[in-house]
Amino acid sequence: MQDFGDAFGLAFGLILTGDADLAEIVALSLRVTLVAVAVSCLIGFPLGAATAILRFPGRQGVVVAMNALMGLPPVVVGLLVYMMLSNAGPLGVLQLLYTPTAMIIAQCVLVTPIVAALTRQTIEDMASEYDEQLRSLGVGPVGQIGTLLWDARFSLLTTALAGFGRAIAEVGAVITVGGNIDHVTRVMTTAIAVETSKGNLGLALALGFILILLAMVVNGLAMTLRSQWMARAYG
Amino acid sequence: MVDLALPQGAALASRRPILPLQATGLSYATTQGTWVGPVDLSIGAGGVTVVLGPNGAGKSVLLRLLHGLLEPTSGSVTWNGRTADRDARLRQAMVFQEPVVLRRSVAANLRYALRIRGLRGAALREAADQWLDRSDLARLARRPAAVLSGGEKQRLALARALCGEPEVLFLDEPTANLDGASIVSIESLLRTARDLGTKMIFVTHDLNQARRIADDVIFMASGKVCERAAADAFFETPETPEARAFIDGGIVL
Repeated sequence: MQDFGDAFGLAFGLILTGDADLAEIVALSLRVTLVAVAVSCLIGFPLGAATAILRFPGRQGVVVAMNALMGLPPVVVGLLVYMMLSNAGPLGVLQLLYTPTAMIIAQCVLVTPIVAALTRQTIEDMASEYDEQLRSLGVGPVGQIGTLLWDARFSLLTTALAGFGRAIAEVGAVITVGGNIDHVTRVMTTAIAVETSKGNLGLALALGFILILLAMVVNGLAMTLRSQWMARAYG
Repeated sequence: MVDLALPQGAALASRRPILPLQATGLSYATTQGTWVGPVDLSIGAGGVTVVLGPNGAGKSVLLRLLHGLLEPTSGSVTWNGRTADRDARLRQAMVFQEPVVLRRSVAANLRYALRIRGLRGAALREAADQWLDRSDLARLARRPAAVLSGGEKQRLALARALCGEPEVLFLDEPTANLDGASIVSIESLLRTARDLGTKMIFVTHDLNQARRIADDVIFMASGKVCERAAADAFFETPETPEARAFIDGGIVL
């Protein structure tokens, strides 16, 4: 219990004193995660909606694969992205390994299936209600995808937050492709891992509290924006 | 006095009409049995054709086959001699028993339908405002459609169907779950549509409503059209035992 008390004190101390190293780590964590989630949403929303609306051979297989990929092991994803980006890999020429961009790519691979699978379920449920009405209005499949994505926008924010939760808490992939280099690729989770391995359990725990706080703040902000957005959308 | 001239009205009037509608050998069957057919019928322009019959007669399935929401097992539907294309589809509309409203404001629901029909800018806003007034929804224009009452939702669904000035409007028991006041207001909107020249094909099992609105009646039982007649003749002297039993309140199986 004393460890927890000390860790809380340390965490608040770091926040209140505006520790520069901590601020840098938090900023990079947020940048990597938010960019990865944004890219994943750009891919996952239309992909999930298209899978929900369109009927094509092998669709059921795509749905099963999408759901299965939600449980991708981060370390395996990190290893695959590492192999792609290493000098011997097909994208080695880009020299992205051990950069924040590599971490974003790894997180995209992890988060996109989550966003796509949850979007597919949300849109499929809504489509069962909308289907006849939209077809009666003369709306084709592409128009239906756009309409359903727009009408599901408030639900899809929760999907994006699920992706954010996965990305911000992830360590295996980003440490493999980012390398946890101080002032370059060190983020909250990799910092916690390295402090734990050094035996600095108090600092690691403090960083853990700050990470949880960060996730709560982002979720709180998103929910507040959602409420204001809904109020504005409906006047 | 309501101005019935719509911004897009002239453009629609100049096109080749899609009626008469012709169904030939139309049937719909699943592994559970035959729901409709075979049905042969022709429906021309103007007035209200009521499709009447007991529950399970196949009225709603027939409506969906005519509107193109269901693919017939056999037979065909032609519109003025042509198979339904996108133009013919855009000149039809349908209102369902359970109104489906988009998760947007009332006004945005109308704008959505108008945009599909190619309206933009001032013409779109003008048409939307006009139908908000006609459907008595102007004071609710900015409210989320999802929070409307059942009657208001159905008025919105009807206004959204009518705002594109369809040549044919299919209605699948649109007042089945509504109270008296809501039914009066829906039927008032339907009179507006009739004045605009919209052909209405109206499914109901409510005899009183059929007497109020029908110009002619298609009576169905067990998936087949049993009788087709002008409304007065049908209610005065029904020709088939099924229709007579239905009008007399007997059970039709």
